[in-house]
Amino acid sequence: MKKFDKPVLMPLCALGTIAFLYVPLIAVASFSVNNSRFGLTWEGFTWKWYAALFHNEQILEACWNTLFLAGVSTAIATVVGTALAIGMSRFPWGKKTASFFEFNLYMPVITPEIVFAGALVIAFATLRYFSSIFEPGMVNMIIGHVTFQVAFVALVVRSRLASFNNEIEEASRDLYASNGYTLRKVILPMLTPGIVSGAMLAFTLSLDDFIISFFTAGPTSVTLPLYIFAEVHRGITPKIHALSTVGLLLTICLVVASEKMSNKSKEKESSHA
Amino acid sequence: MLLTIPALALIAVSFATRGSYGEIQWIFTWENYERLMGYGLFGWSPDYLWILLRSLVVAAVTTTACIALAFPLAFFIARQPKKKRYLWLILVIIPFWTNLVIRTYAWQLVLSPDLPIAQFAARLNIIPQGSPLYPSSFAVYMGMISAFLPFVVLPLYSSVEKLDWTLVEAAYDLYSSKKRIFLQAILPQTLPGLSVGAILTFVPAMGMFLVPDLLGGAKYMLVGNLIQQQFGKSRDWPFGAAVSLALMALTLIGLFVFRRKGEDMEVV
Repeated sequence: MKKFDKPVLMPLCALGTIAFLYVPLIAVASFSVNNSRFGLTWEGFTWKWYAALFHNEQILEACWNTLFLAGVSTAIATVVGTALAIGMSRFPWGKKTASFFEFNLYMPVITPEIVFAGALVIAFATLRYFSSIFEPGMVNMIIGHVTFQVAFVALVVRSRLASFNNEIEEASRDLYASNGYTLRKVILPMLTPGIVSGAMLAFTLSLDDFIISFFTAGPTSVTLPLYIFAEVHRGITPKIHALSTVGLLLTICLVVASEKMSNKSKEKESSHA
Repeated sequence: MLLTIPALALIAVSFATRGSYGEIQWIFTWENYERLMGYGLFGWSPDYLWILLRSLVVAAVTTTACIALAFPLAFFIARQPKKKRYLWLILVIIPFWTNLVIRTYAWQLVLSPDLPIAQFAARLNIIPQGSPLYPSSFAVYMGMISAFLPFVVLPLYSSVEKLDWTLVEAAYDLYSSKKRIFLQAILPQTLPGLSVGAILTFVPAMGMFLVPDLLGGAKYMLVGNLIQQQFGKSRDWPFGAAVSLALMALTLIGLFVFRRKGEDMEVV
């Protein structure tokens, strides 16, 4: 049999593409330890921009806002999204209602985010006639984030729900378990991996989000992406490079950790099988 | 319901009139759509249509370029020994989870006048000496492609990983040309991943606001910036809503065309 030609072009393209992804990141990281305040000439190594980060109250507050927003909105979205997924597949909806739900679930996935953000602005403005909680700020941001997270959580949980059949549930009903008991002892434990990965997805989506926050944030609820964006508009400084590099390093840790975890769980599953 | 109400509000507002202080007046009008089509106070001008068209082109080019770059990379990763694959995958996932604001302004840095790329361009007399390569359409494309590349590579990789190489070998044994092997033995098998990647790129690329804002400047406005402007500075929500709906319509049409094409390919 004829062997494949040893490909030369392909690895070159591939490595080029990886380089293309990393050149900007490496540039940011290397200028974050540059001693010059302005301009991009190399003037020696320094940690001082990093030290400055921890004394900057704006940045610390932005960090706190980002984590708070992501935490609260993920908690809400996970509960609501899971309920939505279970409700959609276990309740005998009519065909039309079911497809209506389906359509709604995919809406935020196929809508450009900015359209969604604009819609939220209008919705909050309307709600403001009724209550002053809906001034731009943290409450609005949480609602906004929950809105798009719910769809993603529900989609992930639902795919897990679809992967096992009704028999176990039916068995528990046959043994006279109440609905609540079945939910707590049968459905939720089986769904846990789906719920966890849905929540993780929601959390990272919230951390990463810029557009929704940008449209709904108030002056006291600036998140890190918003802060960086505002600073970049004022001119790039080494401080921002340092902040971005910290963000980048955190991302790297998270990715490596989650990859390790998913590898382990894969190995577990395959050893069980 | 949480998802439907904003959408309905958007449709309603797009037909409303803007009050003189930026408030919404509930008077039914087509004016916002007429403005979008270019009929303004000063006669017809295609500015807004240009912006729509430009966004469509940018999104389409970005998607195509990402696919073209993602193919070699996905195959390269899939053919690595198993242990090394995770390492390469992690290399793709890291930029994927890195915040887009960081990745976009990083391009400002890369294209700044003191660094080799801009100096090289200046040497070739493309830009004047000592000026940055942004804002420009080139910078926007760089930013867009690097922003969305992982979105294509990851789904494509999961398809390539499952690829049935025996089919490819069979085609080889039957002396088919390289082009035919790719089109008939490889491409159909990777279509699922490819279409997921393309949708994940095309939809957000249509509404992208960050990249053109930071790398494109005022001259290179895309729909995303137009919408942001209406909801932000101009406080012309009805017009913003109209533009948003136009964007949604364009996106849906784009997806529809794409799906039709995908089906055609499967038939071949």
